Amino acid sequence: MTDTDIGLWGVPLAILGGAIRVSTPFLFVSLGECLTERSGRINLGLEGTLVFGAMAGYAIAYETGSAWAGVLAAAIAGSVFGLVHGFMCSLPRVNDIAIGIALMLLGMGLAFFFGKPYIQPVAPDLPAIEFGLWSDLPQVQAALRVNVLFLIGAALAVFLWWVFRATRVGLIVRVVGDSTDAARAMGLRPNQVRIASTAVGGALAGVAGSYLSLYYPGSWNEGISSGQGLMAVALVIFARWNPINCFLAAMLFGGAGALGPALQSVGVTSGYYLFYAAPYVLTLGMLIATSSTTRALTGAPGELSITK
Amino acid sequence: MSDFRIPTRRGFLKSTAALGGAVALTGLGAGRALAADTTVGFIYVGPKDDYGYNQAHAEGAAAIKGMPGITVVEEENVPESVDVQKSMESMINFDGASLIFPTSFGYFDPHILEMAQKYPDVRFEHCGGMWTADKHPMNVGSYFGYIGMGQYLNGIAAGHATRTKKIGFVAAKPIPQVLLNVNSFLLGARAVDPEITCQVIFTGEWSLAVKEAEAVNALTDQGADVITCHVDGPKVVMETAAGRGAFVCGYHADQSALAPEKYLTGAEWNWANVYTDMAETTLAGGTIDNFVRGGLAEDFIKMSPLGPAVSDASRAQFEDTMATIKKGGFSVIKGPLKDNKGGVIATEGQAFEESDVALESMDYLVEGVIGSTS
Repeated sequence: MTDTDIGLWGVPLAILGGAIRVSTPFLFVSLGECLTERSGRINLGLEGTLVFGAMAGYAIAYETGSAWAGVLAAAIAGSVFGLVHGFMCSLPRVNDIAIGIALMLLGMGLAFFFGKPYIQPVAPDLPAIEFGLWSDLPQVQAALRVNVLFLIGAALAVFLWWVFRATRVGLIVRVVGDSTDAARAMGLRPNQVRIASTAVGGALAGVAGSYLSLYYPGSWNEGISSGQGLMAVALVIFARWNPINCFLAAMLFGGAGALGPALQSVGVTSGYYLFYAAPYVLTLGMLIATSSTTRALTGAPGELSITK
Repeated sequence: MSDFRIPTRRGFLKSTAALGGAVALTGLGAGRALAADTTVGFIYVGPKDDYGYNQAHAEGAAAIKGMPGITVVEEENVPESVDVQKSMESMINFDGASLIFPTSFGYFDPHILEMAQKYPDVRFEHCGGMWTADKHPMNVGSYFGYIGMGQYLNGIAAGHATRTKKIGFVAAKPIPQVLLNVNSFLLGARAVDPEITCQVIFTGEWSLAVKEAEAVNALTDQGADVITCHVDGPKVVMETAAGRGAFVCGYHADQSALAPEKYLTGAEWNWANVYTDMAETTLAGGTIDNFVRGGLAEDFIKMSPLGPAVSDASRAQFEDTMATIKKGGFSVIKGPLKDNKGGVIATEGQAFEESDVALESMDYLVEGVIGSTS
């Protein structure tokens, strides 16, 4: 079996494979949050939406036998969470960060409560497309087994970028996010735009959750997320509110997350706790490297409560 | 969270004494007061249907639920923090539990130790910890099974199934119990073919779904074709490994339903047997030993039925070895044996039986295991 022994090549391959496998939840949550934040709100509750989406997707996929029905259910559940956040934050003197944290805890609690009967059953998985069949190496085939949701996410990143840049809808979201007063003067209704943006953002976070439970790692349990929703919210700042950057940042996080196990598998075994911290060290390093002494948070929407 | 609901011990005693007095006066409770009604509390660190560690304990708890005179209360998803102290206090004060099984390893120090001092009349039984007579309270007990033997048998099945002579182990943390399992898995496989190596990947936590899946992918990328694990919920490892075409050996509970074709066998706890014994001892008014250990022979652990992929040669060696282990006196860790850094673990003729306490402070990986404890 020496022909499949790839030795140290396993590390870059695992990083590539990991980037594709692990990045999808980061990608969807950060795209959703990017849209929400561009409209001037921050929704910290996406971790809860993600976990609830994972549970709802798994449960519906199991009950109906269709993984795509699960994804749809997760999106609907996520948009409900987004709507709740959007409506509550439209009330006067309500802090969006506090509501977000409350909804995060609520989402996780509800998911644990309703998810209890679904820990044991096995639900159908989402389909994947084999891009690695040109290679004889099973490792390459496995790394290039790409889930459809990843491709949709990548396309969505480009689409959102185009929407923000070149469409009327994108302009409306940006205006609302940059200045409530200007938006009102133009005859726009900022709250409605924000509610819609938060709802769509929640739906995307729900889809991210269904990817976790229906594809990778592909089962529902209460520890499925381990904070990925929160990290994705931070990714948006890291990506400077640009959807294309969100995609790159998500890939980077996914790849960095695969580094620890991959290094251990080729025999670099000491200090694995340090390798596991790699994504966070990387974030810190990038933030410092891209920071500027003259301009604070380039690209930040003007109405965002954390930057005001 | 529930601070305000927990009454003080004194207040509680007063009210129960008053209640008891009232019951005694009316004579209604005379019959019941004599019966040795015991409430037993179980606390789990995760969900009790996780296909793993917690499920194994919950199955044990379910076994004693039907016993006359026993009432079982359970709480799941209790973190290894001050939360578990609150859970224990509420079980003692509200449910009247007099025997508590806080099942997770990290509950022991300081949580169980503090509660044991505060409630000297309550019995605390801890799974896996080290109880020492001169250091710890007498109302605390420690119990565990020699599941390393189960991983040794897993290793035999793995040794016959592997084609690449490379097997993989997804481990949570490098604590002695985990290291013994990793070493036993490899030594079992080496009993089949001494050229086999075992790659171990530590994820650093008991339950990290995505990292466990990544670890399995990294192992199979490096050619490992039989995978087992020591994490709290092996579901993700089993499904991911079988999806990559590797054989799997189970751990904690029976996971054959998750990968029927690829499942070779598994090392399972048999807490139902242990808890029934302990409950019977308590009901009879006896005291449970402070230090309870047992293995295959004592029915503390059991093996999953062999899967369809197990060959006849494998089955024969598996069953022979199991019979030898059950006779007693069998050692997995025996000389000549080196660790994977070249240090000598055991010289020729030296052997550590499964009951040897020295194994419970293991801090090495044996030669043939690729990995590091830190």
